[in-house]
Amino acid sequence: MAAKTLNINGKQVSADEGATILEAAIEAGIKIPTLCHLDGVYDAGACRLCLVEVTGVNKLLSACTTRIAEGMEVHTDTEQLRKYRRMTLELLFAERNHTCSACVSNGHCELQALAWQNGMDHVRYDYCFPRWSVDASHPRYGLDHNRCILCTRCVRVCWHIEGAGTKNVAGRGAKSFIIDDLAQPWGDSETCTSCGKCVIACPTGALFTRGSTVAEMERDPSKLAFIVNARERKQWVV
Amino acid sequence: MVIEDLVEIAEKERAGGKKTIIRCCMAASCMSSRSEAVKAGLEKAVKDAGLSDQVEVRGVGCMRLCCQGPLVGVEPGNILYQKVEPEDAASLVASTQGAPTDVERGDPEQPFFKKQLSIVLSNSGVVDPERIESYIGADGYKALHSVLFEMTPKELIDHIIASGLRGRGGAGYPTGLKWATVAKTPSAQKYVVCNGDEGDPGAFMDRSVLESDPHSVLEGMAIAGYAVGANQGFIYVRAEYPLAIKRLQIAIRQARQIGLIGSGIFESPFHFTVDIRIGAGAYVCGEETALMASIEGKRGTPRPRPPFPAESGLWNSPTLINNVETFANIAPIVRKGADWYASIGTAKSKGTKVFALAGKIENTGLIEVPMGTTLRQIVEEMGGGAPGGASIKAVQTGGPSGGCIPANELDTPVDYESLTRLGSIMGSGGMIVMDESTRMPEVARYFMEFCMDESCGKCIPCRAGTAQMHHLLDRIVKRQGTARDLATLEELCDMVARTSLCGLGQNAPNPVRSTLRYFRNEYLALLAPGSNGQLAREEQTANSH
Repeated sequence: MAAKTLNINGKQVSADEGATILEAAIEAGIKIPTLCHLDGVYDAGACRLCLVEVTGVNKLLSACTTRIAEGMEVHTDTEQLRKYRRMTLELLFAERNHTCSACVSNGHCELQALAWQNGMDHVRYDYCFPRWSVDASHPRYGLDHNRCILCTRCVRVCWHIEGAGTKNVAGRGAKSFIIDDLAQPWGDSETCTSCGKCVIACPTGALFTRGSTVAEMERDPSKLAFIVNARERKQWVV
Repeated sequence: MVIEDLVEIAEKERAGGKKTIIRCCMAASCMSSRSEAVKAGLEKAVKDAGLSDQVEVRGVGCMRLCCQGPLVGVEPGNILYQKVEPEDAASLVASTQGAPTDVERGDPEQPFFKKQLSIVLSNSGVVDPERIESYIGADGYKALHSVLFEMTPKELIDHIIASGLRGRGGAGYPTGLKWATVAKTPSAQKYVVCNGDEGDPGAFMDRSVLESDPHSVLEGMAIAGYAVGANQGFIYVRAEYPLAIKRLQIAIRQARQIGLIGSGIFESPFHFTVDIRIGAGAYVCGEETALMASIEGKRGTPRPRPPFPAESGLWNSPTLINNVETFANIAPIVRKGADWYASIGTAKSKGTKVFALAGKIENTGLIEVPMGTTLRQIVEEMGGGAPGGASIKAVQTGGPSGGCIPANELDTPVDYESLTRLGSIMGSGGMIVMDESTRMPEVARYFMEFCMDESCGKCIPCRAGTAQMHHLLDRIVKRQGTARDLATLEELCDMVARTSLCGLGQNAPNPVRSTLRYFRNEYLALLAPGSNGQLAREEQTANSH
């Protein structure tokens, strides 16, 4: 596979042909904020946090889904992008009921970390305070829709790593939500293998191991990438 | 099926014509005002009067002036009857034999009809959409034969490029260029998709074309299939269009029966089948990547482009996706030539455009006009202005992705670039006229509510941003908004437009932005007095100077 050279934030970078801007940036040690991206599964381009500016392209492009090209000039950290990222995060916090102080993932939450890293010290939008339920029907895991950001990591992991196809999205717009099978209680699901990959994949406290209390949920999503890597490339020594 | 068979069907169809033809509109709008009963009444009256060998009652597609339906036309004589009741049938039939009738006459010479130029709609209101022979009698499928036997795919694509045709779905991408890209992408399997998921409020062009002349779309798709090397087509129609679906099913079955769709078309090696896929009611499925996901049986959500469908579309194969109206333009371009087509319209926008006139306008209905016709000609001359002599305030084009064009810009010619310059878009052709009683912030709130409800929920700016914008607009309309709310709204408009994943989110702020651009004072007048009231008043004063 041929390598291509591009420029990210003024730094000359080389990456494999076919790599995404995000992969090239990670390899070069340049951090681009992501939320729906998860190593090991295909990208959705949904959270819009990894949007970057590419010289000569009118539109902002999601770094996780855009392939690199020779001579491409990418800017990942302009004032405009920082502003949009903050707004995106504020929109997320206002959308559902994210109460960090009472959340199992407090201190280990990707959403919380991103807000902190991006200087989000308040939310300028009205909180929506929607009514969402908690599905605690599964013997080992729980799903709290109040903390869900609809990144669909759990769905992609469930279909493409575990292959169970239990998790899905129903509804549309702000009313969309994660379902199990045909919108049944998770505990009644006949396809769920209780593998727990969705729980590992979740960036917030939406999916959690039952019995964990505030700030107790810690997860290691790199395990998922490890499984995929071992399976597809037969590499398991890291 | 060989060309001689086609000619024979056409000649038989033309020779079989009776002395008098009574055309009865059988498109959805007239059918909603009992045109089916009118047609049945006419057929019975013809039989009762013993005129079956002289008078033909033909169910036809849309006759344009929907607000006066049911419409009935009589040939010879170019007589138009409007608001026909089933009880009028006997009198109407007798009138074909010279008897006087008091059925309400329409004026076929009025500007609404006279200023139209029919290419896409040339068969609409003339041929029977449920009989393929009727379409063949109007030179149907001749274009398909001529491309298969007289043109290479490359020549055909050059022909479409030379015609200057641009996508009629709204974005105006050059059709020939799109075809060339799909043709050049190497793949053993390619697809042609027709986007009939027309969902803009107030738009009914594609429905009318599918109901009135389904074969023109099938023929256009087959020609496209030959051009790009595809053997399978899909027509994606929304479930809300049951009549269009029924007529398409009939059309596909009839075309298959006589070998105009399927394997070995005209005994050539060209193979092309068409299947219908019915949408499940999501507006976002009109977006091409969401539409293709839906055809594949997945949840209809868009994905980032690139890769574009031309490169990787249905089941990762190169896919040509065009709108209903675009396909309906193809056979006429092939039959009459690219030069002829390119001679119509403006420098950058060629041919005609079909618009659905709706809202506060005298003549509601379907029109097809050359590109470059001014909005004033459309709205005032053809449309007859607002009812009751009210003055027109704005024209909304492009649906929830478009904008409101104020009355003082009505002399703008209708073409892709001019409408974009005004902060609106050509869109698929919905045109909603608003009179002086319309309050623009409420219009903006309506369209934002539409986008909020129809957002698929995949990307955050569109899902959460439209909800916040709707919330802010709602507050402003209820006189509870502040100047800060307005500033937050404008900031969100910019952010959602720039960061959303697909066209739905990217264009959702357009109605707000265009009404703010032209009717800002209406927003300012609604801001609540209070801590920010002073600021609002200052801005209002500054604006009025």
